[in-house]
Amino acid sequence: MAAKQLKCRECGTEYPLEARYVCSKCFGPLEVGYDHEHITDVSEMRRRIQGGPQNIWRYHDFLPLEGPQPRTRTGLPAGCTPLIRADRLAERLGLGEVWVKNDAANPTHSFKDRVVSVAATRARELGFDTLACASTGNLANSVAAHGAALGMASYVLIPADLEEQKVLATGVYGTNLVKVRGNYDDVNRLCTELSGDRENWAFVNINMRPYYAEGSKTVSYEIAEQLGWEIPDRVVVPIASGSLFTKIGKGFQEFIDVGLIDGDVPIMNGAQATGCSPVAAAFRDGQDFCRPVKPHTIAKSLAIGNPADGPYALDLARATAGSIDSVNDQEIRAGIRLLAETTGVFTETAGGVTTAVLQKLAETGAIGSDERVVIVITGEGLKTLDAVRHSFMDYEVDPTIESFEQAFAGAVQV
Amino acid sequence: MAITVKLPTQLRETVGGVASLQAEGATVGEALESVFASHGELRDRLYQDGDLRRFVNVYLGGEDIRFLDGLKTALPEGAELTILPAVAGGC
Repeated sequence: MAAKQLKCRECGTEYPLEARYVCSKCFGPLEVGYDHEHITDVSEMRRRIQGGPQNIWRYHDFLPLEGPQPRTRTGLPAGCTPLIRADRLAERLGLGEVWVKNDAANPTHSFKDRVVSVAATRARELGFDTLACASTGNLANSVAAHGAALGMASYVLIPADLEEQKVLATGVYGTNLVKVRGNYDDVNRLCTELSGDRENWAFVNINMRPYYAEGSKTVSYEIAEQLGWEIPDRVVVPIASGSLFTKIGKGFQEFIDVGLIDGDVPIMNGAQATGCSPVAAAFRDGQDFCRPVKPHTIAKSLAIGNPADGPYALDLARATAGSIDSVNDQEIRAGIRLLAETTGVFTETAGGVTTAVLQKLAETGAIGSDERVVIVITGEGLKTLDAVRHSFMDYEVDPTIESFEQAFAGAVQV
Repeated sequence: MAITVKLPTQLRETVGGVASLQAEGATVGEALESVFASHGELRDRLYQDGDLRRFVNVYLGGEDIRFLDGLKTALPEGAELTILPAVAGGC
């Protein structure tokens, strides 16, 4: 495989490609390092990708997996989600060109299937028989489903107050569902402790984290490929831990480095909910670290108060002349409606955050009229129905013409 | 005051494989200093420029000490401190 080692982002210490996520010298995060020097014929590599399966395994050469490609087509394939040109949204916001990367169109309806596919496949390669995770909900759905598809036992730990839809859409797969009385950061702390004692468990976002996180790069690979091997000018991405945001940047950079696309990494805009915005606050205050917060927001999938990749998200936003902004709960609800009404895409609260931040950037004039902008919609609206309850009016009528006409009397005829 | 310091797997090898150490001190900082006195090699792993490394979390009763008073957080008798890597979880 093209992956060569794990490398500490802080001190550069290298480790073999095993189940290890933190540098034993400085506790810094480990990241997968690759050798892509064998890629010399760009046209051939494009053909190889385009001839691959309609899922993330078409980017097998850029993922940290062994083995022949067809073997990895089994399980629950993620990716190849639609990139939709959103002219009505662009028009509403006074922008030139906006695209929606709709990652709700994954097997369990969020981008998490990308990361779990990679983590679960790598876990099997390393001999693990059990999957586990700390989750704000979407990851729970995906780990439980991948466990079912691959025939692996799974343990899914979630905050006890999670949205009912996300709880139901996890338990249905036959996992060991554990509701922890605490917030996500409490769940994560518990899982970090557990991962030290459960050596045959692959915690996808703890001891498998370097592999897991690589799955997010496929979002940018797909965007580039779907735009005809071009790079958008700007990408708006929600931030919880900051892992998705930074890996989208890394994905573009890798394709640039091997020559598959020309240009620079897009302007990267991060989106947070004001009720949990440690990264946006650090960006605003000019700091290079994030002060942990206690989350209080309807965007539960982004409610990580202690963001592991926060410092790197700050670096990336600054390096690309982007920003990290936040929006309040009211703006999040409005963002969900705006996306739904202009594109036909119904997103969860995290997508409301992303859309609302796009709107904010448009209103402040941060986006040039000639820019090609992509917003990454990470999850499905059906999972957070409470966010849109009572947000519109409807009509109840008797099954008669009279009753129907009466209900619409005075309403504007279109 | 007798304090228990629970170590993450990443540090256990350094201290002969044990999962926790006994410490003394009225604050988190003092307790950690007493650990360093007997296991000096832990200092560089946990500290940088006299403060906790940014990817090291210390919890008192499940609460991140950054939400309390940091290294100056007062410790009750018999307190248990848990050291964990910060780089985990998330999306």
